[in-house]
Order: sequence, then C-alpha cells, then structure tokens
Amino acid sequence: MAQFQLPKNSRYTEGKSWPKPANSNHVQEFRIYRWNPDDGAKPKIDTYYVDRDDCGPMVLDALIWIKNNVDPTLTFRRSCREGICGSCAMNIMGENTLACTLGIDDCKADSVKIYPLPHTPVLKDLVPDLTTFFAQHASIEPWLKTETPQPEKEWRQTPEERSKLDGLYECILCACCSTSCPSYWWNGERFLGPAALLQAYRWLIDSRDEGTGERLDNLHDPFRLYRCHTIMNCANTCPKGLNPAKAIAEIKKMMVARTI
Amino acid sequence: MAEVKVTPRPLSPHLQVYRWTWTMAMSVFHRVTGTGLYIGIALFAIWLVALAAGPQTFDAVQWFFGSPIGLLILFGYTWVLMHHMLGGVRHLVWDTGRGMEPGERMNMARFTLIGSITLTVAIWLVAFLLF
Repeated sequence: MAQFQLPKNSRYTEGKSWPKPANSNHVQEFRIYRWNPDDGAKPKIDTYYVDRDDCGPMVLDALIWIKNNVDPTLTFRRSCREGICGSCAMNIMGENTLACTLGIDDCKADSVKIYPLPHTPVLKDLVPDLTTFFAQHASIEPWLKTETPQPEKEWRQTPEERSKLDGLYECILCACCSTSCPSYWWNGERFLGPAALLQAYRWLIDSRDEGTGERLDNLHDPFRLYRCHTIMNCANTCPKGLNPAKAIAEIKKMMVARTI
Repeated sequence: MAEVKVTPRPLSPHLQVYRWTWTMAMSVFHRVTGTGLYIGIALFAIWLVALAAGPQTFDAVQWFFGSPIGLLILFGYTWVLMHHMLGGVRHLVWDTGRGMEPGERMNMARFTLIGSITLTVAIWLVAFLLF
C-alpha cells in the first residue's frame, strides 16, 4: 500500500537562514533541502541568498556559488555542466530536472526551492542513493544480444532501422523520470520505472538484437512493466525531452502483438 | 573493531513537493472516480431493492432521490460516471501509443475534465427539459 506521508525521520523543518551577500542589489533567494548523516538531526530547509551579479545563469551555478561563498558543507553531485552526465538531477521548483540546464531566470520564482530527487533514500543534502535505480537498468540487460555468428565487420543496420533508436539512445540515466513517477514511488522495488523501461525498449526495437522474446519474457510481470499507469510525469519531466511513457506503451503493444 | 553506527537515511519528499500536472491529476481522478462508481452503484441497488420491497419503501426512496440532496448526489454520480468513462477512453487511446506527444497528452487530460463536466450538465439539462 502506498505510503503518502513521509516517515517520521524524513519530515523536514525550517532550517538556518544564511547571511545575505553584502553590497549587492541583485539577490536571489534559494530554499534548499539539507540533511547530514553525522549530526543526528532531521532534514531541514536552509535559506540562501545568491548575488546574481557575481554568479552564472544556471541553477547549478548558484549551487556552486553557495558552496564557494556561503556554505562549503552544501553537498550535491555535478560534473559536466552541460546536460550530458546526468549527475546534477534534482527536484527544482517541484519538477525533476538537471540543475545545469535550468536557468535561474526560468524558475520565475522569488524563492527557488530545491530538493533531492523525490522518494529516494538521501545520502546527504541533494545526493540520493540510486543503487536500486542502476540495478534495475542492469536487469534489462542493456547490451546487444545475438544468436547468429558474428559478422566479419560490424552488425549492419539501414538508416530506417537506425532511426528507430532516436529518442531512446539519448537517455543519460539521470533518474529524473523514474523518481517523478508515483507508480515508482509506491512500488519502486518491483516496478522497473520509466528509465529502465525506455532502455528495455531501446534494445527491443534494435534491428540487430536477437533477444526480443527473452527480453519480453523478462518484462512480462504485473509489476515490472504493468505498474505503468500512463501518469506521464516521466515524459513531462525528462530534461532531454524523451518520452518513456510512449516507449512503455510500445512495449505493451509488443506484448499483445506476440500473443495474437 | 569499533562499532559503526549507521543513521537511517531519510526518504526525500515526493507528493509533498512535486508540482501537479494535468496528466498526474487526471490519473488520480480516474482512480477516485473508479472508487466512486462502486459507491454509486449502491444507489442503483437501493432503488432496485426498494422497487422489490413494495410501494411504501419505493415511495420513500423515490422521495429521497427527488429531494435537493438526492438530486445533488445523483448529479455527482453522473459526473463520476462520465469522468471515469472519458478517462477510460483516454487510456484506450494512449494504449495504442497515440496522443502521447507533449501538447497532445496535456490536452487529452484537460479534455477529460472539460468533457465530463459538459456531458454531465448536458445530461441533466435534457433530463430537466424532458421530464
């Protein structure tokens, strides 16, 4: 049964308000989720003020500015700062996205609210534990499976066959979609979630792959695939503009097609 | 070896912070109206049982359904039925893989609500005009 409320140890309260930058007339407020495994306290929402004249345009720039200038203990993942590594995925203004590709101005908010990816165990501040998420990706066996003898050169594919992978191969596994999905919130241990299922479809539809039957068998389960109830949060939130909901619908169609 | 004390990790906020979208809200509405249909069918059962029980009971039930509160309940039930039906149609279309692009999916979700309200009002207008 779905647990709509947060467990007692996860309920957050008002935290510290950090000092405003001196001599700045272009200040943006940020409200950020904090939790430290070492102090034994419950999660808190801290308030920070960023000097926009001294800071880059993106939300990630603001986080780095805070870490450099205000509070070095603020913890978050980041790497490429251009939307290709998927590290800085977090919940900003109620929606999951990459902090590096979202402009502070685009938040259109007096106060920008930032939380870790929803319904995940928190390691520290904005850093979630994604162990299950990656294990689920591994479970769909994201590699080319073949029976026929290896060709002398590469496995050939026509441009049409290749184009079927567009909108699928671009996934960076940032976990925005899966952690936006209420079905995944309530059944995240048994439902594979939109990200893993989009990848499952990416291999199902690959003309070179010969493991289709086996792959569908693996997904034929009331939870793994069929917990998707077309809520569409995944497609609405994907920072790469992909459509996991549609990929899942296509898998369901393949399931029907092979039984008739 | 020193004992390592592991603090239980908190669960990050989900429903508490996630911004509602049309598709998400209509999915919840579909569940709620589905449950509402179970309760609503009891109204019909009560009416049938009263019909079998004889004129006195039937008159009493008829009177209640015709009273303002009764009519309001029936109006609500009509909406629940219409909303769940249109939601079912929407899911049927989505099951074929159509109507899932960004603008389309939002419009289909919006249409479910607008359509169900329109249909409900239309049904009751017709009912009042004819009977």
